[in-house]
Amino acid sequence: MADSAAYFDIDIDDGVMKMVAAGDWRARFLKQVDPRLRDFADDTMGRELIIDMTGVERLDTAGAMVLQRTLRACGDRTLISRVVGASPAHEALMEQVKDHLAPCHVTPFHPNAFGAMLERLGQGVAETYIAATQLLSFIGEALAATWRVFTRPSHFRWTSTVHHMEEAGLNAIPIVGLMSFLIGAVVAFMGAKILSLFNAEIFVVELVGISVLREFGVLLTAILIAGRSGSAFTAQIGSMKIREEIDAMRVLGLDPMEVLVLPRVFALVLMLPAIAFIAGILGLVGGALVAAFAMDISIALFLSRFSEAIPLTHFWAGLAD
Amino acid sequence: MSTGNDNTKNVIELCGVRTQFDDVVIHDNLDLDVHKGEILGVVGGSGAGKSVLMRAIIGLKRPSAGTVKVFGHNFYEADDEARLSVERRWGVLFQGGALFSSLTVAQNIMAPVREHLQIEGALARDMAALKISMVGLPAEAGAKYPSELSGGMKKRAGLARALALDPELVFLDEPTAGLDPIGAAKFDDLIVNLKESLGLTVFMVTHDLDTLHAACDRVAVLAEHHVIACGPLDEVRRTDHPWIHEYFSGPRGRAALSAKAG
Repeated sequence: MADSAAYFDIDIDDGVMKMVAAGDWRARFLKQVDPRLRDFADDTMGRELIIDMTGVERLDTAGAMVLQRTLRACGDRTLISRVVGASPAHEALMEQVKDHLAPCHVTPFHPNAFGAMLERLGQGVAETYIAATQLLSFIGEALAATWRVFTRPSHFRWTSTVHHMEEAGLNAIPIVGLMSFLIGAVVAFMGAKILSLFNAEIFVVELVGISVLREFGVLLTAILIAGRSGSAFTAQIGSMKIREEIDAMRVLGLDPMEVLVLPRVFALVLMLPAIAFIAGILGLVGGALVAAFAMDISIALFLSRFSEAIPLTHFWAGLAD
Repeated sequence: MSTGNDNTKNVIELCGVRTQFDDVVIHDNLDLDVHKGEILGVVGGSGAGKSVLMRAIIGLKRPSAGTVKVFGHNFYEADDEARLSVERRWGVLFQGGALFSSLTVAQNIMAPVREHLQIEGALARDMAALKISMVGLPAEAGAKYPSELSGGMKKRAGLARALALDPELVFLDEPTAGLDPIGAAKFDDLIVNLKESLGLTVFMVTHDLDTLHAACDRVAVLAEHHVIACGPLDEVRRTDHPWIHEYFSGPRGRAALSAKAG
């Protein structure tokens, strides 16, 4: 069968308009013919029309739909308007789509663009307020659950906590350590450039020591863990919510706060200082290596200068952040 | 059962298919042909691997042995172009509907139309409206997001999307599960109507005995890792196998049968 795209011609036969459709009227061939059909239907609104489908080789629901739509637009209610020459299968298709021509909206209806914008703005404000109250009530609930667990320690989920200490803490060490190491090295490099102008290269120890211990180590840890483990928690608990696991816990008398939230919170509270410590050490290592290879400050010199110049308070101040 | 060499007659040909998850074997040495223009119902106990079989055919679960041919193409060995041409010719309805949650129902239906036929604008909207109405959804449903729909409506919307390109082959995974009996009966009628007018071939996984009676031309029974019986319902029912016997002679099976007789 030769595949020729859908096309139609208009004849006037005894004063009755006749549309001769032919070719392949499947969806993929309708793109060109559809606008012409619409124009034709607009021009001939309400006049009698006979559609001759003898030449239609292939037809699918989309093709039947546009033909049926045209027929209806041109006065379906008159006795004369009808389809002729269709094969039984095409006839059946035309019948099938006949009752399904009602248009539908694609997106939710908005009266006008300005109103829609105002609506979105208002929704944004309302949602911020709701989110703020929800966050507050979540913190409150977590605290209350902590108190309950504190008074009844047997309710605390140790296994789960240790599991999350491994997942969110131990497994995060490589990425946090790498970042901190690189930052320490970069800070040392950048400091070396400036400090060498003043012949004060040795102060790179203070630069790296104070910045990494007080700020970078802790900050990097916090940001990376929030990004890495925070999104992992969201995904875990979100998918449990979708599968109605959380509802199941509630009706079984298990408190989702105790079972899901507290182990994760405590795991992070316990692991964060440890990771921050490791991050600090690796930052110093990065700085010391740069100092050794790029600035002729040996590791031993770096360490002795470090123990003189950087009091432990910087470390504690960092962790206290 | 023929292993299939007549491409014009068989839309799907499975030969010696074996699927497994690690050590757990789901199917072993499974043969099944689906003829052009028929509605094949696949039944089997829970865990017999009905859905896995469907996934193996539509390219989501590679069998560890055997061949899967759809429209004469071995899907797992075909090049990208052949795969795409096969994918355009089938439609799939997943159990939960699997609608894209960020799109409205109408946009969901327009997505394959846009992607494969490059049809946009009014014609795409009309095609979406047609499919929405054909599967029995109200016109208002077009502008709704999947999260705003009930389970039954999601299923209908999923079917509408599966039918968007007027496929020759439709896969239905438990299409009537979760529908009320009236809706389920209408769904059966719809499938039969579409099959007759469009020449659809339907591969249907189902538990619904009424659907088997009302819609299916042939029934394939999955058990013991392969197809233990395949043929017209009356023939399959007489097969001497404990599971088949229990399935069709249980209270639900008898009720569905007597409803058909009466």
